[in-house]
Amino acid sequence: MAKAAVRAGLVAVGLAWVLVAQVVLAADAKTYVLEGSKAAALESCVEPTDVMRRKHMELIKHQRDETVHGGIRSSKHSLAGCVECHIRSDADHVPQPIHRKDEFCGACHAFTAVNLNCFDCHASVPKGPGAEQASHAAFQAVGADRSVQARPDGEDH
Amino acid sequence: MKDHHEPTDPTDAGPADSGRRAFMGVAAGITAAVVAPGVVLHSVTAAPRSEAVTSDVRWGLLIDTAKCVDGCSACVDACDRENGLNLQNKPASASQEHWDDQKAVWIRKVQLQDNQTGRVTNLPLMCQHCEHPPCVDVCPTGASFKRADGIVMVDRHTCIGCRYCMMACPYKARSFIHKAVEDQLTRVPRGKGCVESCNLCVHRRDFGEDSTACVDACREAGHEAIVFGDLKDPESSIRKHLAEMASRQIREDLSLNTGVRYSGI
Ligand code: SF4
Ligand code: SF4
Repeated sequence: MAKAAVRAGLVAVGLAWVLVAQVVLAADAKTYVLEGSKAAALESCVEPTDVMRRKHMELIKHQRDETVHGGIRSSKHSLAGCVECHIRSDADHVPQPIHRKDEFCGACHAFTAVNLNCFDCHASVPKGPGAEQASHAAFQAVGADRSVQARPDGEDH
Repeated sequence: MKDHHEPTDPTDAGPADSGRRAFMGVAAGITAAVVAPGVVLHSVTAAPRSEAVTSDVRWGLLIDTAKCVDGCSACVDACDRENGLNLQNKPASASQEHWDDQKAVWIRKVQLQDNQTGRVTNLPLMCQHCEHPPCVDVCPTGASFKRADGIVMVDRHTCIGCRYCMMACPYKARSFIHKAVEDQLTRVPRGKGCVESCNLCVHRRDFGEDSTACVDACREAGHEAIVFGDLKDPESSIRKHLAEMASRQIREDLSLNTGVRYSGI
């Protein structure tokens, strides 16, 4: 009896932690979306939040094959698009690598202990003129107008 | 395997979709308007590809070796910048000689000498975008592949770095990334343990631009030795040039039907 109670208690504590973590992560995530960007004003990411939490890796994996083999660059499931929205700049307007343990992608992956190797090869901050094009394509695909867009370096604020 | 052994003549294209092509040319382009001091509207009107590439086009290059200048490296430098190859760092432990030998390059300036006459020809040599690419034949994972539009490239997600393709390529066109990379461009992902080579500026293709970095640089340097275009479009400038001047494939004897042609060799 006591054993069952302890187990139930542990489960309750566990559940509470998961809830807290979700709330904390959600609150954190909010701050990681570039302030003043169109993305900050969006209800959710390119898919509803629960879908993004569970499926973002499948979405990106599907998209990568279409892009590499078919040349399709207009998908809303674009890694460049992730980086563009979720990148955070420090006080000096320097964008911080998104896979760092205290940034958007890195924090969650560290918390869940899931290896994140996208950024072994992909740019972890928007970089080069192609960054602008790629992210614009992603914005277009979700139907968000990006004609006026705060830049990650904060230069045009 | 049927299509594998029947080289398609690059001249066998129909004019069917030249209208679409013309439209895509118009749709491409980037504009920026200043609406008030300090406020810049970035409006990118380039149309990113939304449908998979098809074999209606076949991209290629024509290089006029008579116009390629001894000592000029404009195309190589532009390629380095366009594709982030200039961001590679020499490991402290490597000698300069070793590094020069090992770092990734997509275009090499090659000199040919006729031993009988002593005549020297300069030419840029990059992936030849073979119609029947040996690199694709030997790749055990399917990472080396040919896009429908003729561009041969490596899917780095599936490359295991075995380097069979480097051994199979008759043109020494491929490079290997030996060390972890810190600085990548958004448009050119790059990481340790993958093979890579010229991809005809594939990001430009997919955003509807009409040239490559090397072609632009060569023109800006005043030489105009390289023409880029669609080998299947009878109206393209590359086809018109090919119709007028004698051109050859390097190692024609291998019957690879390369997408890169040279005149004056
Ligand atoms: S030139 Fe080499 S790398 Fe390029 S397609 Fe031919 S075999 Fe492959
Ligand atoms: S190195 Fe990569 S692309 Fe080349 S053959 Fe091996 S797996 Fe294929």
